[in-house]
Amino acid sequence: MIRDFFRVMVVDLTTGKTRLKEIPGRAEYLGGSGLAAHLFREFGHIDRDWDDPEQPLIFAIGPLTGYFPLMSKTCCAFRSPYHNQYTESYAGGKSALSLRFADLDALVVTGKAKRLTAVCVGSRLVDVRDVEYMRGFDAIQTGRVLRKIFPGSGRRSIMRIGPAGENLSAYACINVDTFRHFGRMGGGAVMGAKNLKAICVLGDRGFDLPEGKAYPKLYKHIFEQLTTTEMMAKYHGLGTAVNINPLNALKSLPWKNLQQTSSPEAEKISGETFADDTLLRNAACAGCPVGCIHVGFVREQFQTNNQYLYRQVGYDYEPIFSCGGMLEVTEAPEVLRILDVIEKEGLDCMSAGVALAWATEALEKGAISENETLEPLKWGDSETYMRAVEHLGRQDNDFYRLLAQGTMKCAKRYGGEDYACVLGQEMAGYATGEVFFVAEGLGFRHSHLDSGGYAYDQKHDEKDVDKALNFLLQDGRERIVLNCMVGCLFSRGVYKDDLLAEALESVGYGELNGSMEDIGRRVQRMRWRLRLEMGYRPDEVVIPKRYTEITTWKGPVDVDYMDALRRAYAAKIMEMGAPPEDEGTQAPLSTAKKTPS
Amino acid sequence: MKALRAARMERCIGCHSCSLACARQVHKVLSWNKAGIRISSSGGLSTGFEARVCLACHPAPCAQACPTGSLAQRRDGGVIQKRNLCIRCGKCAEACPVDAIFLDHLVNPYVCIHCGQCVPYCPHDCLELVDLPSREEEEGSDD
Ligand code: SF4
Ligand code: SF4
Ligand code: SF4
Repeated sequence: MIRDFFRVMVVDLTTGKTRLKEIPGRAEYLGGSGLAAHLFREFGHIDRDWDDPEQPLIFAIGPLTGYFPLMSKTCCAFRSPYHNQYTESYAGGKSALSLRFADLDALVVTGKAKRLTAVCVGSRLVDVRDVEYMRGFDAIQTGRVLRKIFPGSGRRSIMRIGPAGENLSAYACINVDTFRHFGRMGGGAVMGAKNLKAICVLGDRGFDLPEGKAYPKLYKHIFEQLTTTEMMAKYHGLGTAVNINPLNALKSLPWKNLQQTSSPEAEKISGETFADDTLLRNAACAGCPVGCIHVGFVREQFQTNNQYLYRQVGYDYEPIFSCGGMLEVTEAPEVLRILDVIEKEGLDCMSAGVALAWATEALEKGAISENETLEPLKWGDSETYMRAVEHLGRQDNDFYRLLAQGTMKCAKRYGGEDYACVLGQEMAGYATGEVFFVAEGLGFRHSHLDSGGYAYDQKHDEKDVDKALNFLLQDGRERIVLNCMVGCLFSRGVYKDDLLAEALESVGYGELNGSMEDIGRRVQRMRWRLRLEMGYRPDEVVIPKRYTEITTWKGPVDVDYMDALRRAYAAKIMEMGAPPEDEGTQAPLSTAKKTPS
Repeated sequence: MKALRAARMERCIGCHSCSLACARQVHKVLSWNKAGIRISSSGGLSTGFEARVCLACHPAPCAQACPTGSLAQRRDGGVIQKRNLCIRCGKCAEACPVDAIFLDHLVNPYVCIHCGQCVPYCPHDCLELVDLPSREEEEGSDD
């Protein structure tokens, strides 16, 4: 089943036709991140904007997806509406196993439908439907209707967008199976631009496994490691929300649009508080026994006389930082209520929270007025923020239209760039210091997951540019290998290169033994090359002033060190993304460059 | 005689580890359907999860419907499966009152044989093997 080639389904929404293609390259690209970039080379266009109907939306899984625990994610790649360059985003839910059991290594959607459309693909099914009646449906409602119109309950994944995606917000997300998201970089808008409301992937096949004991034995071994190690207990127990208290103690918790890096109030929205007061249950991506998804609940009185309704809202560290701390909303249920609205609108919660934090400060400082915000945004005022999220999703005026394209774009028009917390994209929740700010500011994915810069900051107070740079590159490369397998990054302590090689061997695909590091390097270069070809200039990246004003456990941020690291990393990216000498197989797409719109 | 019970499904996180384990170890396939236990949400993930699994009926309607003896009654409830006798008519799945038999596209039936191999793979201890009360011989039973 792990083949030398990739089996790829290509859906063309313009014609309504679907093709299956067999594309060689397993040994060079492995899968996931590598496969997606490779497919972008085949189907993408360097010389056309992100919303050109011909640009592809790509979903790719890895060779071991479904075969081993935590090989449970999907890589989604596209030209981003946020910066008009190549990008990728990761999510789990049931998306990865559904693709595996649909017998697809990747799904590529090209073209643009005339009317709003939903697509269902499976191993023996392709169904393209007009769902114009769903226009404006929120993400939850959309899921509910789709469950009725497509088959396969329990063995399918439903990916869909809310109003923000339809309205082409640059950080509209793709909701996957209710509690997971292709969050960052605007995949939702790419679907919106294609008039694609939803994709259902039906995983309805099974595959023979190798005879013998080696595979089940190795599975058991890995399963045990992943379900008993301490590292995993953290994700399962309080979940990533466990980070609030330690980051607060380290003065590394972004607070009130990063005016502060800690607050005595943080305890009220800590992982512990969420667990005690709002946690309803855990959930998992299919194929992952860890179950890090934390579902909280809020109840709301909607009428006097004890008439209540309740909602279930997923939470994690990042949503709490962005819609809690950044907005100084310090009651757990209120954070969940804001997140619930963001979920329905179909926005990335990190970007939405950070954007509203900037808007609050800009309002406070007089850069904008209530004419723009339409609401009296005020730190801690969740009701107002909930309404603002709706304005943002629906782009109710020019201000929100621009804010939905990115905080920095808005700040450029209205003023307040100094305190826009943008590192490539609206920041992730780690005010840990220089290495992280550079890592995210120049990072490929503009989340915090390219490399563990945030962890490096927490462990190192020396200021050694070479050492930090080496860490970013090496850690980045190791993560790329896991991104090609499309394993969950939480499992990176367990899935080292040797174990991955052993796992491939056990299912009869030992050919990649020893070449894992080469693949990591190749994919790293290929991804940067795509970005550079689309106009990325890492040497021109600016880290906003706010980041130079903060203090962490190491003291004030060292601007010179940060700058030196920024320049060194930018130079390295240019080098990695330079046209290859030794990769003659890679025909360049086109040399025409586009500047971001 | 033992039977598998999905006794604590309120705890289920939807990881499919159980069905993947059954498919892998009992049926030697990679699948989340071709298994004695299948997990589905009970209408969207916010409603929790259900297990489709054999209830160990006695008499077992699927065995009664099977024309070839491929599914035979187990002594205290549930069925014994002999794959080589199956003609893939699909009658068993039709007869199961709780949709516990999965038919793949080639009409191969997959049904729980109450071996318990899935149990240790459930990280939330949702599943257990219990002793079935032993039954009298045929005449004394209630069919
Ligand atoms: S499909 Fe096979 S097991 Fe089921 S009733 Fe028919 S012969 Fe019996
Ligand atoms: S008890 Fe055995 S046959 Fe039944 S579901 Fe579990 S592993 Fe499969
Ligand atoms: S292994 Fe347990 S928690 Fe996972 S799906 Fe099965 S019953 Fe649910």
